[in-house]
Amino acid sequence: MAEALLTLEALRFDAGGHTLIDSVSARIAALRRTVILGPNGAGKSVLMRLMHGLLEPVSGRVHWSGGKAPVQAMVFQRPVMLRRSVLDNLTYALALAGVAAGERRTRAMDVLQRVGLAHLASRPARVLSGGEQQRVALARAWALRPAVLFLDEPTASLDPGASAEVERLIGVIAADGCSIVMSTHNLGQARRLADDILFIDSGRIAEHTPAADFFAAPRSAQAEQFIRGELSWT
Amino acid sequence: MDMIRRSLISAVAAAAVAFASPVSFAAERFITVSSTTSTENSGLFKHLLPVFEAKTGIQVRVVALGTGQALDMARRGDADVVFVHDKKAEEKFIAEGYGVSRQDVMYNDFVLIGPKADPAKVVGGKDITAALTAIRAAQAPFVSRGDKSGTHAAELRLWKAAGVEGDAPTGDWYRSTGSGMGAALNTASSMNAYIMADRGTWLSFKNRGDLTVVVEGDNRLFNQYGVILVNPEKHAHVKKADGQAFIDWVVSAEGQQAIAGYKIGGEQLFFPNAAK
Amino acid sequence: MSTVGESFVTAAGLVVAADPRLLDIVCLSLTVSLSAVFIASCLGLPIGAAIAVGRFPGRRTLTVVLNGLMGLPPVVVGLLVYLLLSRAGPLGALGLLFTPSAMVIAQVVLITPIIAALSRQIVADAWRDYEEQLRSLGASTPRAACTLLIDTRFSLSTAVLAGLGRAVAEVGAVMIVGGNIEGVTRVMTTSIALETSKGDLPLALALGFILIAIVLILNALAHAVREWAVRRHG
Repeated sequence: MAEALLTLEALRFDAGGHTLIDSVSARIAALRRTVILGPNGAGKSVLMRLMHGLLEPVSGRVHWSGGKAPVQAMVFQRPVMLRRSVLDNLTYALALAGVAAGERRTRAMDVLQRVGLAHLASRPARVLSGGEQQRVALARAWALRPAVLFLDEPTASLDPGASAEVERLIGVIAADGCSIVMSTHNLGQARRLADDILFIDSGRIAEHTPAADFFAAPRSAQAEQFIRGELSWT
Repeated sequence: MDMIRRSLISAVAAAAVAFASPVSFAAERFITVSSTTSTENSGLFKHLLPVFEAKTGIQVRVVALGTGQALDMARRGDADVVFVHDKKAEEKFIAEGYGVSRQDVMYNDFVLIGPKADPAKVVGGKDITAALTAIRAAQAPFVSRGDKSGTHAAELRLWKAAGVEGDAPTGDWYRSTGSGMGAALNTASSMNAYIMADRGTWLSFKNRGDLTVVVEGDNRLFNQYGVILVNPEKHAHVKKADGQAFIDWVVSAEGQQAIAGYKIGGEQLFFPNAAK
Repeated sequence: MSTVGESFVTAAGLVVAADPRLLDIVCLSLTVSLSAVFIASCLGLPIGAAIAVGRFPGRRTLTVVLNGLMGLPPVVVGLLVYLLLSRAGPLGALGLLFTPSAMVIAQVVLITPIIAALSRQIVADAWRDYEEQLRSLGASTPRAACTLLIDTRFSLSTAVLAGLGRAVAEVGAVMIVGGNIEGVTRVMTTSIALETSKGDLPLALALGFILIAIVLILNALAHAVREWAVRRHG
């Protein structure tokens, strides 16, 4: 099996008297695309926020290989665009990441070029379409040159055309040498993007297998039911 | 970042412009006079001060309050000169050591104002205490300043002379408003009430409605104005020389003439009577 | 002619004749209130943002107190500032009483809570949308507060205008600390009070109309600029 990116050790997270994540232990592989799959309310978003450090676990821990957390970024379901130009949205993130002032602009323009948004660089980010905003969010994340990129349902609010473009970009970023951890409840998307599937249900891991095995023959009853349920809707 | 810098720079520039103007006032040579609404509202100062300012280059800043407040303001050291009309209170002020000395400047008189319908039947009388007694007997509406001003003090003295026990008359008909001369006149005008006013403010007052002068000319309605330099020994920052210059001018022949020259509709408002 | 009609004619006459004394009074009103708004914004905006974004004990209490202070009675503020600046008071040596600076100070005390409370609300609302993204990018709390102030600038203009409206229309505080000295501390509102006490109600009302017109024009201008900016920047 591939080298580990991070290891989750008996993670638990409570909120409002409910246990949202319970006894989650897993080993996320480096330089692969891990898709967290599961029904709504399974705890996918919470789990990713625990990995990214936006939430602190009640118990257990997130252990990064190499001892300390690498450069990482996260793209959310709804992109948060600052009220400034597309370019300034990227240079802002680079400034926070400690990139030298002289270097920010070139680096930002370079990334915008690669995602095909260079022509929008001077446009106010807030007036772009949802799909364009999500691509700017991806570019902003990518500009940080993260070792791992977290994506929380990145296409859930997009139309099919924009979704396809976002999926394509995720592939490009992964190919650039970035580990991907992404949540979705869209089976088709999981099939297209995943190397590994981490299937969770009610805050616990039901199954963690390579994507090919998962779709060929899910081992857990919950996953099998989920696949059947989702297929019956599509 | 650029945007922040730009907005910061423009903000600081705006602040500099905004501050330049208020600060520039502080550089001028001026004295602060605490005085009464009657002198300010009647327009006397507007007539008097430009003459003094042109002659001496000393700007006179008048803060108009009731006599009681004007004296309190000077007690706290916030005025250089006091120009008020309540001799008893002024003498107390001197006795407490807040004022250097008091000089008579001018007088006018109080008048009893009332509705033309005259429910208390006092019109044309010359005896102010008789008129007040009649108003009280008729329970006709009466508006009082109620603000410890010179006019208020004079009114209370007259009620006492009319045989009222305690500080002031009581009853629904007697309305203590706690306001300046003009505001009290507005109230009386809208209530069609009797009220005691200084003649100067009455003559320059425009919102008379149905009100008119009902009693005047009683010696007890005499209203003396005095001027006092605030004691520099109590408040070291008092502008002694410029304040004294103003006092000297007001009681001089020239100042006294200027006071006598102030008229509204041909009627003289104040009568100079400084000791020669 | 009715008082109101007469006042309209008087107001128009004063404006058309560009009465120099009126101009002085209007200028002083605007200088004092704009200075106060500037200082109150420098204080109130960061305070509001800090309370919205910061996590410290007593934050809720502070919010309640701040909201309560929005209703500070001007006369009480005037009295407090008067006692502070009076020669017998702690700051008497500065000789600021009965100067425009004293009026600025009183108005700053009066409107800083208004600007702070309104900006706290605006920034707190934005923080809900931005928090995860900004924390993901590694923004410190002060940096996040700063970013939010910039990003909510169009909404914050409403908070600042509310402060300006209050400052320019207020009479109780400036009357006490300014003394309504002709040519020095006489502003629109104290002139109106003075003309009312002289019984010249038409002139008082005419000045009132001019004051209302100025406030309306300022608000219309701000609104137009804001609309234009929102259309442009989203």
